[in-house]
Amino acid sequence: MMTLTDDQIMLQDSVAPFMAAEGAIKPQLRHWRDTKCKDGFGHALWKQFAELGLTGILIPEAHGGAGLGMVEAGVVLEEVGRNLTPSPFLTTAVAAVRALDGSAQAERWFSGIVAGDVIAALAVDEGKHHDPSRVAMAATRSGNGFTLNGTKQFVIHGASADVILVAARTAGGPSERDGLTLFAVERDAAGLSVDNLAMVDSSKAARLTFNGVTVDADAVIGEVDGGWIPLSRALSAGRAGAAAELVGVASGAAAMTLDYLRQRQQFGKYIGEYQALQHRAAHLFGEIEIARAAALKAAQLLDTGDERADLMVSVAKAKAARVSALAVQEGVQMHGGIGMTDEHDIGLYMKRDVVLGNLFGSATWHAGEVARLSGY
Amino acid sequence: MADLDTFRAETKSWLAANCPPEMRQPMRSEKDACWGGRNVAFQSPAQKQWLEVMAARGWTVPDWPSEYGGGGLSAAETKVLKEEMAALGARSPLMSFGISMLGPALLKFGTEEQKVHYLGQIARGEIRWCQGYSEPGAGSDLAGLQTKAEDAGDHYVVNGQKVWTSYADEADWIFCLVRTSTESKHKGISFLLFDMDSPGVSTKPILLISGNSPFCETFFDDVHVPKDQVVGEVNKGWDVAKYLLGHEREMISGMGLGGEKQALGAALGPIDDPLLRAEIAAFDVDSLAFAAMSERFIDQLKAGASHPAFPSVMKYAGTELNKRRHGLVMAAGGSDALEWDSAGSGGGKAPREWLRTKANSIEGGTSEIQLGIVAKHILRLPGA
Repeated sequence: MMTLTDDQIMLQDSVAPFMAAEGAIKPQLRHWRDTKCKDGFGHALWKQFAELGLTGILIPEAHGGAGLGMVEAGVVLEEVGRNLTPSPFLTTAVAAVRALDGSAQAERWFSGIVAGDVIAALAVDEGKHHDPSRVAMAATRSGNGFTLNGTKQFVIHGASADVILVAARTAGGPSERDGLTLFAVERDAAGLSVDNLAMVDSSKAARLTFNGVTVDADAVIGEVDGGWIPLSRALSAGRAGAAAELVGVASGAAAMTLDYLRQRQQFGKYIGEYQALQHRAAHLFGEIEIARAAALKAAQLLDTGDERADLMVSVAKAKAARVSALAVQEGVQMHGGIGMTDEHDIGLYMKRDVVLGNLFGSATWHAGEVARLSGY
Repeated sequence: MADLDTFRAETKSWLAANCPPEMRQPMRSEKDACWGGRNVAFQSPAQKQWLEVMAARGWTVPDWPSEYGGGGLSAAETKVLKEEMAALGARSPLMSFGISMLGPALLKFGTEEQKVHYLGQIARGEIRWCQGYSEPGAGSDLAGLQTKAEDAGDHYVVNGQKVWTSYADEADWIFCLVRTSTESKHKGISFLLFDMDSPGVSTKPILLISGNSPFCETFFDDVHVPKDQVVGEVNKGWDVAKYLLGHEREMISGMGLGGEKQALGAALGPIDDPLLRAEIAAFDVDSLAFAAMSERFIDQLKAGASHPAFPSVMKYAGTELNKRRHGLVMAAGGSDALEWDSAGSGGGKAPREWLRTKANSIEGGTSEIQLGIVAKHILRLPGA
């Protein structure tokens, strides 16, 4: 059934007011942006996430987590998106946890993630476009372990992370899935330099340079040459989660815009009385509902291990990115001049949208995946 | 859940045993559908058999109460039945405006006598219905309708004209909006049922750009209608009409329009033009996402958690997608898809279907009307 269960509605009912109060734009996004915080998020808020059981939402109960699924993570992420709440939830609690799950490295990191003490980052992309099988970064065997050489970019929270999950090539050609290995590398490892960069939305992502970074064999997540399996688990979860967060971004922008249509007057009328704007607002409403359904369906298919999950994840990520881009574009346009000011929050939605839209694959990249997975 | 699993297993084996193999082939066009009615001409013995065995179980209308000819299934069981039918490729045994539009209105507004009399006939496919809503002067502004029903003691006398009456020339009965009072625009409308064989009823098919004539003009000249054939209260037919329109929009949006679970690009075969392939991929994203919303909409509807105006969202999105789908089919077909009546083109299947879809966003309320409904009833924008 594509309706939320009673438990999922309870989660939503508790997370929504929490995020609207504690994770709001003024005390979080604007505060950390304006104080030029190196992390781009607040650790105190992340601790509150932990107290609510959110940091371990996907972590099995045996490891102290909540043992829930992507639908529940999506419920949280929609609220994160709606409030533009900066946090490591998507990359640490969703993507990285899914990569680590079931591996020996889970023992090492899960308790810290549950406690809100550990930040994990995922280092996949090497070029400006997401293309996870295109990995040139080399991991060569040396001694009891491996030596890593190469660069990564768009590593969310790379400078704040305690552990970075790095995809490197141990075999195979430049765009092959086989021959990738996923490593857990500590951020303070010798030979790893981290260039901490502010993104357009004031979130932080790093460019990483691995210059002869050595790791032990037990840093491998899953199997040597078999890194595609944990990596694709992480990416599927990250994409479905980003889709849910984008739905939240779109919903937050749309709600703000609808309020404006009901308040702003020009020519002696509320601008929401003009049919030109009414029809665009109604179109946007429908599109957001479609994106929400697609994100929910993708999460459900991931949770049940359905073979159609990858297709639906790409549908959801592509659709949510398109719809969110429409929502923020319409949001700024319908706000008019005030929408172009830094003082107004609607522009912050536009900035968040463009970053999330690119994260784990853009709308066009995922449309290409839909074609590929459908056999054309 | 155990009960539902049992139901699924039983349903699966019953369908496998009772659905004739011919009825497991995909329908090639609307003409392959069984519409029932007094003058039904079954295409094959299999089509007749399939209707009869399904009607005997009440499964032409699985979620209607069994006392009115339905299957008495719960929402969850109905979904299982539909899933198992889809898994088998089983055709719908009966296409019917009685099922999709009139039935729900009768269930809500009909008298007990009307329910017993009409719903059973609908469930068994004995009467084929058509819808008398639009008029030459009342399209988007439907409540401006002028067809009048005058009180003549024990019956009404109906005079006027309807237009866009789907299959009026093949229908047995009509559900029809008529003006019973001129004192109020919306509160002077009544909802009447009557036999298309009544003296004074005539129909004239309208030739469309697709070359087909699925719609008619329908004329009423002193048609006598007994008073017990009013549904709901006299002068309150607009309430019935709106309720029914919601179901019509659900039906149009649920016809698989736009969102299908199969990717269009996979069905079209190799596409050499990279820009066309990209457009198709973008369409498939929208279409597969819309299919998820259709599923969610039905689940919410059955859980009573859907906004009453949500069918307008579905109708708008689904019909616009379907137009896009057929535009892409035409693009992928190139000049092959321009042939109008050649044997090789299946009698111009692609262009005729493409042209037919242009009506999707007009019939049952235009896209612009749907957006207006969403703006007013869901978004509650000022002055909408």
